Amino acid sequence: MEALIHFGHTTLGLLKDVLPIAGILIGFQVLILRRPINNPASVFIGMIFVLLGLAMFLEGLELALFPLGRLMAQQLTLPSFIFGITDGPIPAFSWTDYMWVYFFAAAIGFATTVAEPALIAVAIKANQVSGGTVTVNGLRLAVAVGVAIGVALGTFRIVTGTPLHWYIVVGYVVVIIQTMVAPRAIIPLAYDSGGVTTSTVTVPLVAALGLGLAETIPGRSALLDGFGLIAFASLFPMITVMAYAQISAWLTKRAHQDFIETEAEPEAAEEKLQKSQN
Amino acid sequence: MKALLIEFLRSLRQSAQDLLPIVVVITFFQLVVLRLPVPQVGQIFAGALLVLFGLTLFVQGLKMALFPLGEDMAYSFVKRGNLWLLLLFAFTLGFGTTVAEPALIAIADEAAQIASNGGVIATNQEAMDDYALGLRLVVALAVGFAILIGVIRILKGWPVQYLIIGGYIGVVVITGFAPPEIIGIAYDSGGVTTSTVTVPLVAALGIGLANSIRGRDPLVDGFGLIAFASLTPMIFVMAYGIII
Repeated sequence: MEALIHFGHTTLGLLKDVLPIAGILIGFQVLILRRPINNPASVFIGMIFVLLGLAMFLEGLELALFPLGRLMAQQLTLPSFIFGITDGPIPAFSWTDYMWVYFFAAAIGFATTVAEPALIAVAIKANQVSGGTVTVNGLRLAVAVGVAIGVALGTFRIVTGTPLHWYIVVGYVVVIIQTMVAPRAIIPLAYDSGGVTTSTVTVPLVAALGLGLAETIPGRSALLDGFGLIAFASLFPMITVMAYAQISAWLTKRAHQDFIETEAEPEAAEEKLQKSQN
Repeated sequence: MKALLIEFLRSLRQSAQDLLPIVVVITFFQLVVLRLPVPQVGQIFAGALLVLFGLTLFVQGLKMALFPLGEDMAYSFVKRGNLWLLLLFAFTLGFGTTVAEPALIAIADEAAQIASNGGVIATNQEAMDDYALGLRLVVALAVGFAILIGVIRILKGWPVQYLIIGGYIGVVVITGFAPPEIIGIAYDSGGVTTSTVTVPLVAALGIGLANSIRGRDPLVDGFGLIAFASLTPMIFVMAYGIII
């Protein structure tokens, strides 16, 4: 019964989120543009699906994932786990003591990004408009790898206490260089994927990890370092998505060259093949 | 009816695949690394089922409602040919979806608390409410402005990178002048504005526009709106911090 009331609250909160959007859309479409909505029944059912689906999704995360994930982030950063001591001050430590933390950061960053609904939406659209060149799972994996690298590096930064802006500035320089050399078509998508990743599933867990680390390591500020992780998580997907496009463009080009070689000069190609076999 | 059921089962399987990595990661760390039992197995199982069905329903609703709505609107506006109307819509959509965003309301209240503790504003409830409301309006204005500029960019066919890189230089410059206590909030507000309902709608709008204007490529020109919407709030919020 209590769970049902809680679910009702979640749905009501989402309704508040969705109603203004529906109001703006219907207001413009019907009152200003004076055009009927196509397939109103299907759109209406779809909106109900979106609302109910999101409410169930959030409620389920709150029941299953968030408590366990937050607890896990806390336990992995506890001195008793890292140094095997139950009380007393933390001994002098090197960044290698926190290996499991970096590994957990990368794994949870990757896993939560794969499940991020907004990213699924963008990937479906990107696949449609690119005529299948950008695959749904390819894009999502590229973004997830980016978040994994970003969050792992972010926890390393908190442990070592190195300034945030060094990493961010270097990251932006890499983004600018890649922007100049990456295939032009991927650039807007790569920029968008930076904004999409920091959403419903990823932020609560990553923030809990940052807070846990910042609270147990002396000299770190919880407020500052918790937010640093999110900044990392939205920077690195831009880099990996552009890298993904660069690598697939390079592979296509190489396959194409091999094809031209074998077609145009069959003998030379055969010779090359024999050489490589010897 | 049968086709619908098969479709539903197929997307259910896809959702299960999407959620599998989380299950693997959590189980591995709980059992192997931390060597702890999994607490409240029943509750976790129920939650996982909710997540699974919720994600499936959401993706289904996305394809039925949010995508077609966003694209239809774009076609209608291009057909109507009234630029001002389109720009008004772009701004309203950005502003309206952001001002009521629950994540933003939470962050604004937190920011007001910090500002009040830091002595930036008076320590009474009225001053804090004013500050939080001001912050929400500023972020909503920023997102409205971002969608507006983004739509103009699609119409004109400007390359996205000049605007974005210019924007990041703006962020770096204004960070140098902004009061330190606002910077964290400003950077955070960039991330919270792009909610799960807004993202598909805005993406569909951009692609619909790029599709219906001759000479625009949906991949090159259609994307980029979300990037703008996560950039401008940082600049606007820091400016707000400087003015107050």
